[in-house]
Order: sequence, then structure tokens, then C-alpha cells
Amino acid sequence: MVNYIWLFMIVSGIVAAAAQGKIEVVTRAALQGASEAVAVCIGLISIMVFWMGIMRIAQDSNLLQKFANLLRPFVQWLFPGIPANHPAMGYILSNISANLFGLGNAATPMGIKAMEEMQKLNPDPKTATPAMCTLLALNTSGLTLIPTTIIGLRMKYGSLDPTEIIGTTLFATCCSTLAAILLDRWYRRRHERAAL
Amino acid sequence: MFSIIGLLSKWMLPAILAFIPLYGAFRKVPVYESFIEGAKEGFPTAIALIPHLVGMMVAVSIFRESGALHFFLQGLAPLLSWFGFPEEVLPLSLLRPISGAGSLAFVESIYRTYGPDSFVGRLASTMQGSTDTTLFVLTVYFGAVGIRRSLYAVKVGFLADFAGFLASWLIVSMVFG
Repeated sequence: MVNYIWLFMIVSGIVAAAAQGKIEVVTRAALQGASEAVAVCIGLISIMVFWMGIMRIAQDSNLLQKFANLLRPFVQWLFPGIPANHPAMGYILSNISANLFGLGNAATPMGIKAMEEMQKLNPDPKTATPAMCTLLALNTSGLTLIPTTIIGLRMKYGSLDPTEIIGTTLFATCCSTLAAILLDRWYRRRHERAAL
Repeated sequence: MFSIIGLLSKWMLPAILAFIPLYGAFRKVPVYESFIEGAKEGFPTAIALIPHLVGMMVAVSIFRESGALHFFLQGLAPLLSWFGFPEEVLPLSLLRPISGAGSLAFVESIYRTYGPDSFVGRLASTMQGSTDTTLFVLTVYFGAVGIRRSLYAVKVGFLADFAGFLASWLIVSMVFG
């Protein structure tokens, strides 16, 4: 599906630019997108190096394992495909907690570490496993307690009560996360049935 | 309530930063060497993301800058405004899942035009804050480990975003409407 979305965005973009007689926009947009992407990756280097170092200490001292044990029933229910003592569990929980507390910087490296650990259990490294899809669903639905970026932006534009949207945002993010979990379950069952 | 959560967020990071190495030392882990061992993996992981992210962001950039995105939004607008969804915020529902920077810029334009405390301003805030950029998260998380086939993950991500937008509209109408 990503293949089609990708192709669709590029081809429809080029057709749209050509139809409006401003085809030169395409080259500029492409190069601009590429340089933005590299800038994002460069920005990620420091965050990844730092957090992966800290998390290694947590892993070596068995802290991650302990943390995973605390919430084991919940995570086992969400990720039935991962053995209970697998290091992926600790990283998954760290990723979810970091998201909840708005530590977006920390959430990404932990999520990637969780993916790496899950990749070790994957029989086909080019294809995602259902557990990977579940973790992705939790992250794309953007579960968070306080939307810090938006509050900052509202302040900048002179809102009389920048934090008034915390309640509505919390409601909406819970709905989208719940939808993500249910949809993920539904598609996973369908996928597993098709594989039989 | 907010001040407690705010305080918690501010203290969370320093607390974690103190606790993890202290616990490690207590467990006789050579903390600094352990940190370096783990940190080594950060660089190649970030670099491995470049091709994935370049590919995706080039496509998003062409789609947005060429006016194709605008064109599809205009096609969608009558359909959604028929349900009563405010037309001003409509582009956000298409922009939010594909471009984080683009959707944030759009929210800013809503604030500038209508003010952050208007109904559309509050709705845009809630929509922006309640979900993440699905396409970006997918590219980064799967790209980092070299996953090419994402099964049903894209569908789940987009449908959950849609559920989040409907929930935002519902709750903002109820609370501020």
C-alpha cells in the first residue's frame, strides 16, 4: 500500500504542476523535500546516540526487564506474539511511557529499539510482523497526556487560555488510540486467518 | 491538574537520567562503558533512515507544493461540509497524517486568521495534538529495521487518524460549541 501512496503522491503532483503550467515547482519541491529529510535524520543522530546509550544501561542492569514485568498482563494482551521475557517488552513499555509523558525525543529511539528486538523474532525480515504493526498503531495514534507543541503555539498566538484544549485532546487521543488497537486486532485476525 | 502534569514532565527526564545509571551502578554494571556500547548503535540507525525518509518526504513535498493536495481537498470539501464539518479546518484532516511540518504550518494559519480561541482554532488544536504523523512514524519505525512490506499498518494508521478527527470534532462541539 505504501508503494501506491508514494507513486500516487509523485505522479498526481507532477500532473497537477503540469496542468497549472508551473512544472518547475516539481524539481524545487523534490530537492527541498530531500534536504528536509536529511536534516531530520541528522537531528535524530544526537537523540538516538544519547538515548540508546542510556537505555543500554537499563538493559544491562535488568531494569528494563523489571519494568516490563510490572505491566506484563497488559502488554502480553497487546502483543501475544512476543515471549514474556523477551527484551522487546521492556522497550515497548519504555516507548509507550515516553509517549504518554510527552518525551517525544525519547520515544523514537525506544520505539526503534523495540522494532529491532522484534525484528530478531521475525522469520521474514522484509515483512512486518503483527506485533510490529501493533506497536506502530500505538505510535501513529499519538497517545499523549499533554500536547506540548500545540500549547506552545497557542501561547505564541496570544490565546487567553492555551491549556484549555488539554481535555478535548486527551479525549480525542484516547478515541484514536482505542480505534487503533481495535482496528489492529481486527486486521491481525484477518491476516492470521488468511495465512492459515 | 495541568501544573502537576507540567511539573511531572519537567522532572521526568532528569529523574530518569539520574535513576538509570544509579540503578546500573548498584547492579555492578560498568555504566559508562555500557552507555558507550549502546550509544554506538545510534549513529548507524539514524543514518539508515536517510533513504526511507528522503523517499517519503520528496513525495510529500511534490504532492503538497504542486497544488495536488489542494486539488484533492477541494474535491473532498463539499462531501465533508455536507456533514457539517467546518470547511476551514478540512485541509488539516488530509494534511495531518502525511506531513507534520505542513500540518503545523496550517494550524498556525488558522490561528492567524481566526485566532486560537475561536471554534475552528480549538478544533484545529485538538486535531493536531491528538494524533501523530502516521506516514512519518511508519517510515521511521519500519525504515530503521528495513521492513519493506507493512501488511495492514498503513490502513490501521489512517483509519485511527480518521477516528481521532471525528472524536475531536465531537468533543470540541460539545465542550466549546
